[in-house]
Amino acid sequence: MQHWTILPILLPLLVASAMLLPPLSSRIQWLRIASISTLVILTILSALQVATVITEGTQLYILGGWSPPFGIVLVADKVSALLVLLTSFLALCCMIYACADHDKGGEFFHPLFLFQIMGINGAFLTGDLFNLFVFFEVLLIASYALLVHSGGKNKTQAAVHYVVINLLGSSLFLFGLGILYGTLGTLNIADMAVKISQLPESETILAKIGALLLLIVFGLKSAMLPLQFWLSRTYSSASAPVAALFAIMTKVGIYSIFRVFTVIFGDDAGELANFSADWLWPLAILTISIGSLGVLASPTLKLLTSNLVVVSAGTLLVAAALHSELAIAGALYYIVHSTLVTAGLFLLADVIAKQRGQAEDRLVNSRALSQPKLIGFGFAILALTIIGMPPFSGFIGKVMVLNSAESMATRLWIWPVILMSSLITLVAFSRATSKLFWKSPNTKNTTLEKAHPYEVTAIVLLILGAPLLVLFGGPMTEYVIQAAADLHNMDVSVYPLLPEES
Amino acid sequence: MEGIYAFCVGMLTACGIFLTLRGRTFSVVLGLTMLSYAVNLFLFASGRLAINSAVILGESEIYADPLPQALVLTAIVIGFAMTAFVVILAMRARADLGNDHVDGKDPDEVAASMTLNKKGEIN
Repeated sequence: MQHWTILPILLPLLVASAMLLPPLSSRIQWLRIASISTLVILTILSALQVATVITEGTQLYILGGWSPPFGIVLVADKVSALLVLLTSFLALCCMIYACADHDKGGEFFHPLFLFQIMGINGAFLTGDLFNLFVFFEVLLIASYALLVHSGGKNKTQAAVHYVVINLLGSSLFLFGLGILYGTLGTLNIADMAVKISQLPESETILAKIGALLLLIVFGLKSAMLPLQFWLSRTYSSASAPVAALFAIMTKVGIYSIFRVFTVIFGDDAGELANFSADWLWPLAILTISIGSLGVLASPTLKLLTSNLVVVSAGTLLVAAALHSELAIAGALYYIVHSTLVTAGLFLLADVIAKQRGQAEDRLVNSRALSQPKLIGFGFAILALTIIGMPPFSGFIGKVMVLNSAESMATRLWIWPVILMSSLITLVAFSRATSKLFWKSPNTKNTTLEKAHPYEVTAIVLLILGAPLLVLFGGPMTEYVIQAAADLHNMDVSVYPLLPEES
Repeated sequence: MEGIYAFCVGMLTACGIFLTLRGRTFSVVLGLTMLSYAVNLFLFASGRLAINSAVILGESEIYADPLPQALVLTAIVIGFAMTAFVVILAMRARADLGNDHVDGKDPDEVAASMTLNKKGEIN
């Protein structure tokens, strides 16, 4: 099936466009059925794509038949296929949750949601840097509108910051692309990887500037230290299914860093080989530190979860700074685990907020939850997973990242920071749990507002990731190690994507 | 020509950055627009500046690079849509928050309420 590679982009695009037209546009039930069935199909398709990539290797899709260095290509390798599968599954869970009447807060929720999925999938699949910019804009403009979904002062204000900073980011992205095109004469990622080693010495500094501009943009998307201030406010004010979907958005930035700074500016880039590591080291470690402080200082559960997103971004940036195969493999595992868990926490925080009445998700003493056992059990699993306690996936993810620091010097930097942040997360969660579940007065909750079955299903699906990633830890680690090896190996990640003569 | 061109891009960028750092949404939007103009000019120049050259091989002695022109076109369309969105969002923020400051608070009012608090009065 040669056209499978483009389906994760085309399918949401077509369904979302159809949703804007009658007869679908005005019937909420039809819209829900259409969204959920699209996302189920998408999940199955992307799972099949992962299977195809395992058996047949990297899939190259040449759009319009224009041969690679000139036309736009889509590349489904092990890394991008895995992330597309993750996106589709996450989107399915968020959509199931949203169908519990969360989608009625504003218009066009369903089409915007699918446009966002299209943008994210496109960003993962594209093999062209300018195309990456275009898909970034697609996912961003959908996210702007989703962020203000169901309205409110907080959301508008968070959206102003979010939109302005991302528009600045887009301008920087284009400056970076302009510089790189001016020096390398191509924007195809594989072709750039070949050209970068042949760059004359006088132009390396220009290429370096362009690459650093890109690093700023990707850092902005992935919440790297000086650029992470937008995140906690944006994520904590977004409505629950949107915030849960946004959990993958920082990972798009991380993925772009992996792709650009391992394939193009990786080991074979001549003078510019791995130059980004010097910048990433301090920033990654500081990102973890500031995220941990944020976790400790968060007054609400949603803010706490947002700060956990920053911590996980920092952990992933550490892996990017290590730029070894093992580190990238660990990071891929960690991406899957942390996305599912943080999304689960965002959804659970919303359920908790609804059952606690006026106290919402603030970490203060308040009335008891109406379903303390169900919610408490889910919360405990999610908390243990994100802290990194065995037997859940966070443990394996953190061990893989810690283990990839091979030299003593890097260990001295990484281990204390990551382990301390785990400890701080543990402290913060102990406090949150006691406030949310134990320190409530003995009065029974009279409102008896139960979680909607859709909400429970969505959260259970996300929680299932934690034990499943451990049960299937063997094949999963094998897959991510293979994926990381492919990303580092020019014979797999670059040369097959270009015509023979180059 | 290169000098004037570079000066224009630099000037637009400088104005854009200055305006985006201002406190009110209107100047921020203007700044973002200026930045996007600068970016468009810059992208156009990444294919090198050439006079009297077609983008088709064989039509003239020197030929221009067609790709940056396509890139600029895409960037213009996207930039236009984004500007339209940010203008609407700024107006919505003005209506929702009651003022046009980026942080949603009028710094003068905040300062005034702070001084009142020091005197022990209710703000």
